[in-house]
Amino acid sequence: MSIELRTTPHLHTPDNVIIIMRNVVLALLPVCAWSVWQFGLSALALILTTLASCMLTERMLGKSNTLGDWSAAITGILLALTLPPAFPLWMAAVAGFVAMALGKLLFGGLGMNVFNPALVGRAFVQAAFPVAITTWTPALFDGRFSQFIPTSFTMPFTIPPAVAEWNSQVAVDGFTGATPLGLHKFEGVSTSVLDLFLGNAAGSAGETSALIILLGGLYLAARKFLDWRIPLFVLLGAGLTAALFHFIDPQQYPSAPFMLFSGGLMLGAWFMATDMVGSPVTPWGVVVYGLLIGVLTIIIRLFGGLSEGVMYAILLGNAATPLIEQFTQPRVFGEKRS
Amino acid sequence: MKLFRRHSFSHGVHPPAHKDGTAQIPVRRLPFPPRLVLPLGQHIGAPAKSLVKKGEEVVRGQPLAAADGAVSVPLHAPATGRVRNLESVLTSRGSREPAIILDVYEASTQEVLWRESRDLENLNPEALLQAIQDTGLVGLGGAAFPSHIKLRIPDDKEVDTLIINGCECEPYLTCDHRIMLEYPDDLITGIRLAMRASGTSKAVIGIEDNKMDAVRLLQEKLAGTDNIRAQAVETKYPQGSEKMLIKSLLGREVPAGGIPADIGVVVNNVGTLAALGRLLPRGEGLIERVITVTGPGIKRQGNYLVPLGTPIGFILEQAGYSGGPNEFILGGPMMGPAVSSLDTPITKGTSGLLVLNEPQVREESRPRWACIKCGRCVSACPMHLNPAWLGQLAAAGEYAQMAEAANLNHCFECGCCSYVCPSNIPLVQYFRMAKAINREKAA
Repeated sequence: MSIELRTTPHLHTPDNVIIIMRNVVLALLPVCAWSVWQFGLSALALILTTLASCMLTERMLGKSNTLGDWSAAITGILLALTLPPAFPLWMAAVAGFVAMALGKLLFGGLGMNVFNPALVGRAFVQAAFPVAITTWTPALFDGRFSQFIPTSFTMPFTIPPAVAEWNSQVAVDGFTGATPLGLHKFEGVSTSVLDLFLGNAAGSAGETSALIILLGGLYLAARKFLDWRIPLFVLLGAGLTAALFHFIDPQQYPSAPFMLFSGGLMLGAWFMATDMVGSPVTPWGVVVYGLLIGVLTIIIRLFGGLSEGVMYAILLGNAATPLIEQFTQPRVFGEKRS
Repeated sequence: MKLFRRHSFSHGVHPPAHKDGTAQIPVRRLPFPPRLVLPLGQHIGAPAKSLVKKGEEVVRGQPLAAADGAVSVPLHAPATGRVRNLESVLTSRGSREPAIILDVYEASTQEVLWRESRDLENLNPEALLQAIQDTGLVGLGGAAFPSHIKLRIPDDKEVDTLIINGCECEPYLTCDHRIMLEYPDDLITGIRLAMRASGTSKAVIGIEDNKMDAVRLLQEKLAGTDNIRAQAVETKYPQGSEKMLIKSLLGREVPAGGIPADIGVVVNNVGTLAALGRLLPRGEGLIERVITVTGPGIKRQGNYLVPLGTPIGFILEQAGYSGGPNEFILGGPMMGPAVSSLDTPITKGTSGLLVLNEPQVREESRPRWACIKCGRCVSACPMHLNPAWLGQLAAAGEYAQMAEAANLNHCFECGCCSYVCPSNIPLVQYFRMAKAINREKAA
């Protein structure tokens, strides 16, 4: 009889990294499906492009084959969901490469990255292709399943064609294609909160439906694959800040529900701020981190040059994480609170 | 105190209980093995000094070895037989230690033939503690700390409450549960003796609420007694850890680095006090104990009364073990050590013999990943440490930093962090190694 020797504890939870990551992918699939339903072939091509780009980069530059842990797939999907649906595919491929190479592998791979890799990729293309990343197209246009949006297949290193004319051809009810946040900030037009919640608006490929994002996020929270306190405090921070400014001047500043359900806040709060690697592990750290991201998002949206602030807010939150952890180390059992 | 909350502590984990196989089976006695292996150091403290020579005949109950100083206990003969040898044997700690090997007389009736009667009513606390030391009793929950030391309250401290630990929070183990159900009178006698010895005026028996039958039975037995009560606490690992149980029952926190007596509490296990209540009035020594024998592959799972020194191979044979390659654990699966030899004997601190071959514990099905900083270990650690950070420091070899900045020494190795880690990082093992290295450096 052979005897096995192992160290304690001899029992373990069945959960592991693969199971967690696979479930995040699962929770993102409905968001992808809604994106494809809204924006058609272009959104599908966008998702597949970033997915392939991220996975190829991880495979080629990684020390060993780590595709099996699904984390590259998550980055690929998330990246696509943060980009405009008509984003030229070659730029999306560049974003995917930067996300993995600079955002993750340079730091040492899984678990070592400081910033959310998908947002590193997006920040790079935001700086590199400022026009393309703010070019929006209408949702639910006719023929979205038979034709691509013209910009999708832009030749690499050429300027994408202007889509304003194309937009006015396909759009219903004179839809201009601008995002609700952009409409509000630059044109003073408001969008109904119900439309925002259900996803009946334009925007990045995966940010439009708060409802579907919420369902995926709640599923992950219920199965304990994400820390529910992070989205709670992000949304709380954003909601309170927005409500404060709305109270001061309701004409200039939009209401809290509008701010919560518009733009990438929902997607960011549930799927990107919750990235385990870049968020604090300490209980109070999570609260500070969430509130910080929420407040920063609203400040950037209201007072920054851009209409959206979630990406930079989360990247700043990631950067602040080591500091936050340092100040929020748990009180050891039996030690007096000081 | 806590009106709306279950009596509990924060953090901890909920491993599957696996207690159904043995919880309802009454304690049975196993036959005597042909040979007993009796390490002289079955307790924390100085090993006992042997009183017998090779070839000497001994009777069941007779002292084989005497306590060597204050922090030590004697060892009594678990069976009538002949001393075969004094040699060093492999123990559950993994080291070789001196032991008495006893050949058991097959024809003997194995009655206890040695007693030291005392007039318990008239003993002062000091004499009572001496009497407790003479029984050879140690903490039977696993720590094996000499009971007379534990019940002796340092002169500069004052205690008011005796807590009796009936949590049995380790999965699989049910021996304390059976003891509470089958020997409640011994337990209550033991509690009264321990209260006298320690000078406590109140006693609370803390029992996890998955053993409500034991809670109700003891509450019935204690009806009309106002200074001893039984209290259900939340079923959660490691509820049975001293510090956690005190917090759950009284809301008091043992100061970091301190002992329960610092906050007026002394804690004993139910098995220990049931043994005390049985042994002391009879003037006998500790020669046998109840252990839970369980796990897949064991035909006759249950709780067995076995003589100390019984090799685990003999127990497996008697319980009908027919499995293949396996892991053999002394105690529970969260903190019990796996043993490398089936000759390893049951000692005073062994609460169970668990055979595990579940696929989920196998190394090959548990690949390791880098820490993804999910924070589950931080939410699990009952001492409120930051195992993720400690793990990073350990990986970097910063052992001194672990102790100085990250409170390594408060870790009592309960294993919650390793249990929850989705990256399968053996955190507790890292911490044990770091502590050992720090100890070596200090020496």
